[in-house]
Amino acid sequence: MNDIALNAETPLQPVAGAGCRVPYRVFTDPAYYQREQENIFKGETWSFVALEAEVPEPGDFKSTFIGETPVIVTRASDGTVHVVVNRCAHRGALVCREVRGNRPNLECVYHQWAYDLEGNLIGVPFRRGLKGQGGMPGDFDMTQHGLRKLQTHSVGGLVFASFSETVEPLRDFLGPIVVEQIERIMCKPIQVLGDQRQLVHGNWKLYAENTRDPYHASLLHLFHNTFGLYRSTQTGKSVMDANKRHSLLYSIAASNDDAADKQAYGDSRTFDTEFKLQDMSLLKGRQEFDDGVTLVILAVFPNLVLQQIQNTLAVRQIVTKGTDAFELVWTHFGYADDDAEMQAIRLKQTNLIGPAGLISMEDGEAVEIVQNAIIGENQATSYIAMGGGRAENADHLVTEGAIVGFWENYEKLVGYGTAP
Amino acid sequence: MEFATSERLQVQQLVTELNALHAELIDDDRLEEWPELFATDCNYTVIARENFERNLSLAAVFCDSRGMLVDRIVSLRKANIYPVHGYRHILGPSRLISTSGFQAKVQTNYTVLMTRTDGNTTIYNSGKYIDEIDCGGDRPLFRSKLAVFDTNLIDTMMVRPI
Repeated sequence: MNDIALNAETPLQPVAGAGCRVPYRVFTDPAYYQREQENIFKGETWSFVALEAEVPEPGDFKSTFIGETPVIVTRASDGTVHVVVNRCAHRGALVCREVRGNRPNLECVYHQWAYDLEGNLIGVPFRRGLKGQGGMPGDFDMTQHGLRKLQTHSVGGLVFASFSETVEPLRDFLGPIVVEQIERIMCKPIQVLGDQRQLVHGNWKLYAENTRDPYHASLLHLFHNTFGLYRSTQTGKSVMDANKRHSLLYSIAASNDDAADKQAYGDSRTFDTEFKLQDMSLLKGRQEFDDGVTLVILAVFPNLVLQQIQNTLAVRQIVTKGTDAFELVWTHFGYADDDAEMQAIRLKQTNLIGPAGLISMEDGEAVEIVQNAIIGENQATSYIAMGGGRAENADHLVTEGAIVGFWENYEKLVGYGTAP
Repeated sequence: MEFATSERLQVQQLVTELNALHAELIDDDRLEEWPELFATDCNYTVIARENFERNLSLAAVFCDSRGMLVDRIVSLRKANIYPVHGYRHILGPSRLISTSGFQAKVQTNYTVLMTRTDGNTTIYNSGKYIDEIDCGGDRPLFRSKLAVFDTNLIDTMMVRPI
């Protein structure tokens, strides 16, 4: 396999001025994608795999992916959660062929090799031969042929796993801001409302940018701006962890000032006072959090977004499917103690998010129109400078600083060469 | 009051035409006429089979009034940003599951094919409608339409009614 020098072949032209420039080839060149699979998804990172509430009982399992690698999340009989690679130690078959269910153990259909829910090999048919013939070699040691186990930890009921034995502890990888935000939303037992799956025809990193981007949110999404769910004029912040991997974007809808905001947005397509709903029950909500924050987009590197938009709560998991596609798995939830009115509110507000979401559908198009325009472009770069062009926190929402933070981390993990 | 056989055939025809009209209005981009096929106090739910079979309520689209249907259409026309596309519905026969008075419960298989600007037609969404149709008025109306779709993986987005 070629060890391609990713940043040497087409050196970037020196450019004057502030701002971060990302070469478009990182979104299209398979060499970067392969390096990402090794250095990010199988590297010194933690990937989100499940909510604990998706595997509540012993024997429950869920199959999913970290990058491209299929994995199984299980709840063992002692109540602990485990994550293993979904590949039989024998000849490489998928052990778990269903999305979810409950089983006392895991069994490969091909030769019935059986594993316990922690991934230990517990059964090999004909291990000692049949009628005195065949059998495994004398030195066959079952403990050496289990499913590959990943380090697994939870924070706030979100399960993460890592291929690395040397990665920093999960809470350190996330950092205090992310932990606090997870625990803010995951403050009491949740109830899974269901899943949605969206296939977006673009590189996964374009979604990582999109979810670290308070600049676009009121300019792309008319529903956000016109109905005051989100405006860049709101009180809010764009904040990263100390390592600038992750991004917290939050805002407070009560800080809207319609007259002033209208002035600030001028003739913007997305602040449309003519646009009215016949049935406003779509937007009816209830304040749930004492801090008054009504929007949280917590982008956790590499593959998770935890969100609160009004009363919709969800995790969005990014599953890479090649250089120009990813699947976004939305798991929506409420709280176990939601009354009937809150359940109804959440159900109706779900119309705003997900693949059919009056807000969220548009991020799919935003990603795709970039992917379509950068095909074959080996030289040009993007230009990321709103708010100053540095990986800096902001106590406002007119910035792309968190996007720059993402790319600084990408450069460390994968590498491409940045602006001078 | 139960339907006699000839009346049953008439109801069968009415509900088949209503579903054909639903498909035609959407496919021909006559979206402003589409909400008029529904009762004022209606339910229109588009839900993945993955959730429906687990008795989970999470739907891609959930509307409980004709007003919300109108709002979805106005959003499509004026607000939402999405790739240019067209639909073509292919419907199976509508089967009467049950009748009660002038209300008919009906199941119909459907497939929505999508064509984008590149000109390729793909299978976008496939599933079944379970409808409650009121045949008692001047014209039949959907009291509720439930689209349970097998295509759990939605291609890019869903903005046009299924």
